[in-house]
Order: sequence, then structure tokens, then C-alpha cells
Amino acid sequence: MHGLEFDVAHLLAGTLVLASFMMLYQDRLTALLNVYALHALVLALSVAWQAFIQDAPHLYVTAFIALVFKATIIPVALHRIIVRLGIHREIETAVGVGLTMMAGIGLVALSMVVMLRVTPGADALAREDLAFALSVVLLGLLIMVTRRNAVSQVVGFMSLENGLVLAATGAKGMPLVVEISVAFSVLIAFIVIGIFLFRIRERFDSVDIQALDRFRGERR
Amino acid sequence: MTVDALAAILLIPAVSAAILALMPDYRLSAAINVVAAVFTFLTALSLFVVEPVSGQYLLVDDLNKVFIVLNTFVGFTTSVFSASYISHEIAIGRLTPAFVRFYHAMYQTLMFAMNLALVANNIGLMWVAVEVATLTTVLMVGIYRTHEALEAAWKYFILGSVGIALALFGTILVYMAARPVIGEGLDAMVWTVLVKRAAEFDPALLNVAFVFLLLGYGTKVGLAPLHAWLPDAHAEGPTPISAVLSGLLLNVALYALLRFKMILAVSVGTIAPGPLMVVMGLISVIFASLMLYRRRDIKRMFAYSSIEHMGIIVFAFGMGGPLANFAGLLHMTMHSLTKSAIFFAVGHVAQVKGTQKIADIGGLTVTNPVLGWGLMLGVVAIVGLPPLGIFMSEFLVVSSTFARAPYLAAILVLGILIALGGLFLRINAVMFGEPKGATKPAEASYVPMFTHLALVCMAGVYLPPALVNGFQNVARLLG
Repeated sequence: MHGLEFDVAHLLAGTLVLASFMMLYQDRLTALLNVYALHALVLALSVAWQAFIQDAPHLYVTAFIALVFKATIIPVALHRIIVRLGIHREIETAVGVGLTMMAGIGLVALSMVVMLRVTPGADALAREDLAFALSVVLLGLLIMVTRRNAVSQVVGFMSLENGLVLAATGAKGMPLVVEISVAFSVLIAFIVIGIFLFRIRERFDSVDIQALDRFRGERR
Repeated sequence: MTVDALAAILLIPAVSAAILALMPDYRLSAAINVVAAVFTFLTALSLFVVEPVSGQYLLVDDLNKVFIVLNTFVGFTTSVFSASYISHEIAIGRLTPAFVRFYHAMYQTLMFAMNLALVANNIGLMWVAVEVATLTTVLMVGIYRTHEALEAAWKYFILGSVGIALALFGTILVYMAARPVIGEGLDAMVWTVLVKRAAEFDPALLNVAFVFLLLGYGTKVGLAPLHAWLPDAHAEGPTPISAVLSGLLLNVALYALLRFKMILAVSVGTIAPGPLMVVMGLISVIFASLMLYRRRDIKRMFAYSSIEHMGIIVFAFGMGGPLANFAGLLHMTMHSLTKSAIFFAVGHVAQVKGTQKIADIGGLTVTNPVLGWGLMLGVVAIVGLPPLGIFMSEFLVVSSTFARAPYLAAILVLGILIALGGLFLRINAVMFGEPKGATKPAEASYVPMFTHLALVCMAGVYLPPALVNGFQNVARLLG
């Protein structure tokens, strides 16, 4: 079991966590989007490898979607959006890098402790995969809470979804229903986000969430 | 393939959503919306007569019948209210016909998604349905495109998505726990199979799964401290959507949680899900009751009241046992009916006065007596005064708790009383005193509001034995 199959799957899942960490300290939007593209690319490789070792051809579809949609179309589209909004040079620092990284390390440790402890019965590959997936999910949440900009929050959310896909593909033989739905929901979510970004731009002339806070109903 | 009632309650909203998307005339589409909702409701009632066969994807049992009938009934009455609400919004130019077309299509899509979530037998399918329901409501909350509406929709979208993502992680973990026992493939996600074999699952994995599911679906239920999206979404969207959110969507998320609680109940060696739910329920009750005092927006105020009541319901289901479950079910039904009636009234009040600010509304019982007293009756019901329905269900929750955990019951009663004070304090200024704001007569349809209130009044005095038997049966199922 601890052959090449395991090692490569481990390597790819670990790289995904690493990519999540790289997203944590990007303070420029363009750089953040590039790292997100890398994140999605690693996910595609990881899913494809799972498809190969589980002998589950339908997972190649998920990998293909990750490659084309998440690693190519979305980053390109978002690049264009931020250039059009004129925020591609913006620098945002909500929380200091050091503090964020420490929090990230803590979250990864937490997910390792939780997942490895509760899954002694499952096979080694699945449980390691699940632990990595939970790390990616938690790091995605961390990215969302440490950012103020709407675009980078969305990027954080998409990296969180990548973690979910990793978990779903790591669970061997999980029915196709879910994979399609995950891909589909990402698609819908993106359309929704697109509409919202467009409207937010139209109304506020800024995608900074702090601008939104000023318009709260009750705090006038 | 013959179309049975089970397929029909999904197909009717889905087909009418497609039709409504193509319909340019808003009067006609409002009528179609009502007709579709009526047929869905009648089909849902027929589930009691002929029970369709459950499969790997869809399921009908005693538990979800209650939810489906309640869901389709409030969906129907809200569509009637929505017709008069929307024509006023068009008249004052707050919405354009293009947006109304979109709104009606989304309304039926939401009904479809909620019905699908309720009849889904596959936990993956259920998750997808809740996700679709979330996305449609996000779009509807943002429909006015004001600053506040966009902020509310954005907040709802982000928090809702995170909640939904955590729920999916929990769903995956449930599958991981089931796989070694049931084997790979579809069966390991089918709820009826899961609940039969749950005793053999790995308890540790199920524990972690339930925590994720509680946080995920709990966000959608609006439990404190995960409730931040709820008041904004209720206040800034169109009022029919506030009614549907409070009366129905919160219930749907709660239903998903209950299904997983039933799996955990079968398994030995897992943590008891009850105490977690009790604690979150109590926190929500106390927190929301205190928040009621400082509200300045009438719709936000009733949104906080929804958090309070969802807290009571989750508390009741967390306590468990036949009596508390019965009380929880009854309270859920009563809250759905009362709160949607209140939102119907508030919607018209806001239209008459042209504002939602409590400070700008006054003397409603003088200027618009029918509307004012209708809303007053709704508030009397929602704070739990006898002899109305909510009094009875709250009394059952409290008395069943007193026998088992007096301290918890005392905290609960305290929360309910604080909420009573807060709501009366605020509503007093709206109802009585010097008339403030516009005094034009309301062009309202009172039928949905008074139908709900009549049902709530009746339930406080007399519950039909068939209903009691049905609820008792479901309460036993819930364990």
C-alpha cells in the first residue's frame, strides 16, 4: 500500500496545502490569482492521480473541469475583471503576514490531530487525504476572514471548494452525483459572484467590503 | 413512467419556473405563480391519501410529509400575498417588470429546491437542493439593488456558502463512515440504508461529521453565533421572501439536521447530539431576545424574533423524547404560520408608510385598523400569550423540560419573557399613540394573513385528533 501510488497522492495533496499557504501571504491581487491558478492545477493533477489509482474513469471528468474551468477560465476572467475595476495594483493587508501564517500552521495542526485521530479504521490514503482536505478547507476560511477585498474573499472561497473536491475524490467510490454537483455548484457560485461583483462595482465604485459596511441599515 | 404525487411536487414548480421565466406580463405571471403553488399544495395533501413508493433518490415518510405540507401551504399563501405586494412595487416603480419576471421564476425555483431537499433520500442530493435554495434566495434578497440590499445579499451569500461548504464536508465524512459497512457506491449515501446500518459505523468519524453538519446546516437555520446573515437578508429583500425565509427555508435546514440526528441516534458510542443542539438553541434564544430591544427597523426586529423561535425549536428537538419532539414540531408549525402572517402584515405596513423604520411608523390601529389589529394579533401570538397556538407549544416545551432539567427550562423561560418585553415595547409605539407617516388606505390582500392567524388561534384552543396522532407518530420516529 505504501508504494508509489501512495507517495504521489500524498505529494500532490501536500502541495495543495502548500499552495493554500502561498495564497495566505499574497498581498497583491494579481499574484493571488496566479497562486489560485496553481492551486487549481495541483488539484487537477491530484484528482487525475486519484482517478488513475482508484481506476475510476469518471474522476477524470472532475480533473478536466478543475483544469479547464478553475485553473484557466476563472483566473483569466478575474484578471480581466480586476484590471477593468482598476484594482489590480492594490495592496491589501488586513492582518499581518506573520500572524496569519501562525494561524494557518495552527489550523493545519488542528486538522491533522482531528482527522488522524478519528479515522484509524480507514485506509491510510483516505485518512491522509481527508486530513489534507480539511487543512485546505480551513485555510480557505482563513483567507476569507483575513481579506477585506471582495475579489480575494471569492478566491478564498474557491480554494475552500478545492479542498472539498479533494475530500470528495479521496473518499473512494463516492457516487458521481456529488462530483457533478460540486463542479456544478462552483459554476453557479461563480456566475452569482460575477453578477454581484458587477453590481457592487456599479453601485459603490469599489469592491472593498468596508465600503459596504458603511451602508448598513441600522448604523446610520 | 407514470407521474406520481412525489414527482409532481417537484415537477410542478420546476415547469412553472421555466414558464414564468418566459412570461413578460407580471399580472399573468403572478396568477400563474399562485396557481402553481395551489396545485403543489394539493398534490402535497394527496401524499396522506396515497403514499408513493420511495426509491434510492426520493423518499416520503411520516416525518417529511409534515414538512412538505407546511412548506407548500405557506408557499401557496405567500404567493397570494406576493401578487398584491408586487403590483404595488411595480406601481411605485421600485421594481421593473423585467425584475418581476425574474422574481417569479426564482420563487418557483426556490419552491422546487425546498421540496427537493425535503423529499431527498440521498444525502448528496439533499445537499445540492439546499445549495440551490440558498443561491435562489441570495438572488432574490439582492433584487432591489440598493446599497443595503446588495450588502445583505453579499453577506448572506458568503456566510451561506461557507455554511454549505462545511455541510458538504460533513456529508463526505458520513459517506466515509458508511463505506466500510455498506460498500462503495450509491447505497452508502441513501438515507434509509444509512439509518438501518448506522449502528455499525465508526462512531468517531460520525461525531466529527455531525459537528460539521451542525455548523453547516446550523448556519442556514440561523443559530447564534452563526446567524449574522439572517437579519440583513430578512430586512432588505422583498417581504414575501422574508416570509418564505423565516417560515420555510429555516425549517428546511432544520429538517436536514434532524435527518442526520436520527442517524446518530441509531449509532452507539457517538456523542449525544442533543446537548449540542440544546446549548446552541439556548444561546440563540437569549441572544436574540436581548437584541430585540435595540431594533429600529421593523423587519429586522421580526428577523431577530425568528432567530429566537428557531432557538426554541432546536432546543426542543435537542431535548428529545416524544413530548419535547412533539412540542418542537408543533412550535415549528405555529411559528411558520404566525411569522409569515406577521411578515404579510409588515409588508403592507411598509408599503403604506413608505418606510421600515419603527420611529417613522405610529398609530397604526387608528390609520389602518384592519392591518394594525391584524399585526397586533400576530405579535400577541408570536410572543406566546394564551390562548394562541404558540402559547401552547411553548408551554409544552417548557413543561416537558421542567420535569427533566429545571435549570435549562428556567433559562428558556427567561429568554421568552425578555423577548416578550422587547417586542411589546417596540410594537407599542407602532400600534398606538400619535399617527405618524402616510395615512393612505392599504391596498392589501388580507386573506393570507387572516387565514394563518385563524389557524394559529384555532390550534391554541383545539387541535384535531388526526393532527395530534400524526405529530405523536413523527415525534416517536425522531427519538
